Amino acid sequence: MAHETPVHSDDLSLGDRLNAVAAWPVRVLFGLLDTPFRALQRLLGIGRMPYIFLLPNLAFFGIFVIVPLIINFAFSVTGGDELFLSERPYVGGEQYSYLADCGSYLDPQSCREDRFWRGIYNTVVFVFFQVAFMVLFSLVTALILNREIRGRGFFRAAFFFPVLLSPVVVALIWKWILLRDGVLNAGLTSIGLDRILFFVDPTWSMFWAIFVSIWAHMGFYTLILLAGLQAIPPDLYEAAEMDGTRRERVFWRITLPLLWPNLLVVVVLALIKAVQIFDEVFVLTGGGPGTATQFIVQYIYTTGFANQVQNFGLAAAASVVLGVVLFVLTLVQLAASRRKEDG
Amino acid sequence: MKNRLCRVLVLGAAAIGMMAGSALAETELRITWYNDGNEGEVMRGILDRYEAANPDVKVTLDVVPYKAILESLPVQLAAGEGPDLARVTDLGGLSEHYMDLTPHISDPAYWETNFGPFLKWLRGSGDDKGISGFMTQLTVTGPYVNKTLFEQAGVALPGEGATWDDWAKAVREVSTKLDIPIPMAWDRSGHRVSGPAISMGAKMFDANGDPALVDDGLKAMAGKLYDWHQDGTMPKELWGSVSGSQYLGANEDFANANVAMYMSGSWQIPQFADKIGDAFDWWAVPAPCGPAACTGMPGGAALVALKTSEHPEEVGKLMDYLSSEEVLNEFYGKTLFIPGHLGLAANGVEFQTDDPRAKHALETFAAAVPGISPTAFDLQGYVYNRVMFNALISRLGEAIVGELTLDEAYDRMTQDIEQQIAEKKRGD
Repeated sequence: MAHETPVHSDDLSLGDRLNAVAAWPVRVLFGLLDTPFRALQRLLGIGRMPYIFLLPNLAFFGIFVIVPLIINFAFSVTGGDELFLSERPYVGGEQYSYLADCGSYLDPQSCREDRFWRGIYNTVVFVFFQVAFMVLFSLVTALILNREIRGRGFFRAAFFFPVLLSPVVVALIWKWILLRDGVLNAGLTSIGLDRILFFVDPTWSMFWAIFVSIWAHMGFYTLILLAGLQAIPPDLYEAAEMDGTRRERVFWRITLPLLWPNLLVVVVLALIKAVQIFDEVFVLTGGGPGTATQFIVQYIYTTGFANQVQNFGLAAAASVVLGVVLFVLTLVQLAASRRKEDG
Repeated sequence: MKNRLCRVLVLGAAAIGMMAGSALAETELRITWYNDGNEGEVMRGILDRYEAANPDVKVTLDVVPYKAILESLPVQLAAGEGPDLARVTDLGGLSEHYMDLTPHISDPAYWETNFGPFLKWLRGSGDDKGISGFMTQLTVTGPYVNKTLFEQAGVALPGEGATWDDWAKAVREVSTKLDIPIPMAWDRSGHRVSGPAISMGAKMFDANGDPALVDDGLKAMAGKLYDWHQDGTMPKELWGSVSGSQYLGANEDFANANVAMYMSGSWQIPQFADKIGDAFDWWAVPAPCGPAACTGMPGGAALVALKTSEHPEEVGKLMDYLSSEEVLNEFYGKTLFIPGHLGLAANGVEFQTDDPRAKHALETFAAAVPGISPTAFDLQGYVYNRVMFNALISRLGEAIVGELTLDEAYDRMTQDIEQQIAEKKRGD
């Protein structure tokens, strides 16, 4: 049994004294809370106490997530352009059937609300390529930055730096590079090539929307993967090296399986963020040319706020559809991570 | 000692009470404002003088981007959280939020006499007789040309009565001879297209006064715009590069001498006088003609009083001051805006510029006002004109980049207008 040696105040270091001073308000606070919490515990029993501690977070979540969701849904079953729900006529599922009214779902032109469906198709294309390349480039970058290379700290910072920039700043930087008289075209003409009007061509616009989005967010996902790589025990690699295992085999058999949880997080986060894409692309391409880079969130914004008749009902219905998609993506993530945990 | 402390406390409390009293006596009026040029600065100077003469009133000018006027202000107003006054361009569209100033202004007859035709634009329906504001500027759409480029290319400027085809031919010639990247540019705006479309015979409304955007006149003009984008007369960067009803202007390209002819409007004059100066001869020319007319579109911005104000009396007094002939003469003169005050328009405003190009442009646009087609005035006064403008530009833009054929675009324009107006009426 350990003996506690009495401590004299003269023996305390400056750090200990400062800690004692700093801890004083906490002790007072705990003292104040102790009595009501003991009373609550007597009243509710120990089994119900966790709910008391969860209550503040649940209230916050309820007010800022659940209530807006309910309000949004309520808007989606009303019509007109009034702002207050009490002044809006109930229209049932009319906004949803308007969105779903299509001759063929594969041809947006056959749909009554063609821009909604073009927004969906553009979002699908964007998400597919953006997420695939984002994960690939983040993984490759993380693998390189995990090695003992010169200037590793600098490169880690350099890849992370765009994450710190505001999406509007990112878009404006690239817009100035890509415009008719931008830096890139100046470079092309200086070597005798023709200017390319990037924002007039649908393919180029989509390419740059994807590229800029990857450039802006890759650092964040690289960091997650880098953390995962550094958590892999080095003795596994040492054992593989002693066995003379080929590098590719080490990657497929050790690195990738052990990195899988991080990779899954990256895929799901990138997916959700890609589906929600708006600000960068809106500033960069304005959704054009035509509607070539107009994504679903821009459609919602335009319908709800940019038109003279602000169609909150239709915008809310489209938001519900988007919300369902995001919910399904989250379920897929949960299912995938559970499957992995179960082996 | 104790007595002195008591005295200090009593005096302090009295001072705080007096300060609080004077703060309570001060009425703050807020104006949401946007700038095209120097008008915010000029208005601030005028408001400073008003505040000096009325120490119990403080007027705050909240300068916001134009986009906020179009998109955020309507939501604010619908939520009942708007300012006391605002400078707006969706004149009829926001009419349900305007305050009727009639009981709060000193001489309603002065307003009817001097702002009469424009008051109609601010009224929502036929039976509305309210007075809610005045035009801070009357605008007329029309083209500018880079006269220096025409002279350098040795191409004569098409004269009075020239058609859009004549101008297109001339600017292509200038562009070819001087290797100018953009022969002709139009702002990406339905308002800009409507004047030329009316010149081509577009009626805009049916016999019942309901919107009927697509007719042979509109098709004729839209077809020309489409063709000019395909043959390179116009750049796709403006009409083709963004989606929906987003506005894009070519003012910077024109100021950089990249454009031979630029279809915009009178509000660009102060900016061009400031930015271009005498770098080249920028010249306003009369609206090109079509078979039906040679018209631009009227328009402009109005300063309106809003129902959300809690100080209608003070707002009325301020509006009396701002709308007075003397103040408006100073405002229009310093901002180089075409007056929206009939008395000043008749007597002439002394514009404070020595720039011959700016003076010529002001004369050209002012001279265009009497020739504006009545259809153009009707369209400007129509409450849902932005619905029509937005349908026109968004669908025409999609046709220009090849997403729709022109016929599909016309069908979509009609459908968009019908759907939005039906949605609006559903809430009424």
